[in-house]
Amino acid sequence: MNLFANGQLDTPLGLLLALVVGLGFGFWLERAGFGSSRKLTAIFYLQDFAVLKVMFSAMATAAVVLQVLAATGHVRLDELFAPPSVLLPQVLGGLLFGAGFVVGGWCPGTAAVGLASGKIDAAVFLLGAGIGSLVFATVQPQLGDLLTMGTCAIGSLPEQAGISPVTGTVVLVVIALAAFLGASRVEARMARRNA
Amino acid sequence: MPTPRPYWNPYLAGIGLGLTLVLSYLVLGAGLGASGGISRIAAATAHVVAPAAVEGNPYLGAWFADGNPLHYYLVFMLVGTLLGGFVSAAAAGRTAPGVERGPRASRTLRLLLALGGGVVVGIGSRLAMGCTSGQALSGGALLQTGAFVFTGATFAAAFVVAPLVRKEWR
Repeated sequence: MNLFANGQLDTPLGLLLALVVGLGFGFWLERAGFGSSRKLTAIFYLQDFAVLKVMFSAMATAAVVLQVLAATGHVRLDELFAPPSVLLPQVLGGLLFGAGFVVGGWCPGTAAVGLASGKIDAAVFLLGAGIGSLVFATVQPQLGDLLTMGTCAIGSLPEQAGISPVTGTVVLVVIALAAFLGASRVEARMARRNA
Repeated sequence: MPTPRPYWNPYLAGIGLGLTLVLSYLVLGAGLGASGGISRIAAATAHVVAPAAVEGNPYLGAWFADGNPLHYYLVFMLVGTLLGGFVSAAAAGRTAPGVERGPRASRTLRLLLALGGGVVVGIGSRLAMGCTSGQALSGGALLQTGAFVFTGATFAAAFVVAPLVRKEWR
């Protein structure tokens, strides 16, 4: 059992442990170079694929470890909080998010690390993100059905596709490795062109 | 100011980040997140100025119904993220204050775009119920359909918009 399943996530113990997890989160983002908005946005000009490499190696690592822990009875995946799958707002939200990411230079977590690194533009971005969330709250009552269109009763993609989660994890790892190979080739080509 | 140390290998950093996400799932039962903490802080700040309007808003009001909106795990995770980022940046000599921008962009242009981009990201992450950490990474590790849809839409839009703001970065 975990804090979420026990309804203890927002108790003093839960808040303290969330802070400890956050320490690791911020540390690794900064080590990866994500306290720099120029490094974060360089992928969109095909110059530096660190965003893709870090994100997909993190996703694949966590997916593999969680599946192994589940198969050996160390964790029950159905007791974890899975982010909901509601496809229309997630397509629209993702399109806004991607545009705001390359214009603003940050996403929320990396902006926190940017602020910790002394970046004034990160502080301004975080102010904007706070304003944006209040703007959303203001218009949210008018959005009606849009907010629930594409709700998936089954959130898991492998389950929806009728394959086992282990097979799904293997597919994720293969796609990640192929993406790393492709990214390295593009980086090498751009380096030759820039030379 | 000494020269900053190089960043770590991206695959190593990714594995470290992935194991941090596993730790979050094992201990908290929930994944990583950042935008949720920002929203709570924004709501608490707005509440100081206009308490009735904030409490009367259907989306924000729920956070005040059971007490302090800041007593929420993602607010504390955001504080931890700031601290962890600072420890790493300070150890590597990467804390010089400044406005980061491309050689052709002015400070004013960069700060205006940071603000505008932030607003759009704030709206997008509420609409999508999470950001790159809470939705894409944490959902992706659990193989959730919505996480992959969000990630695809994010990258697609960023690549399309990037040429329009090339002057800001390159």
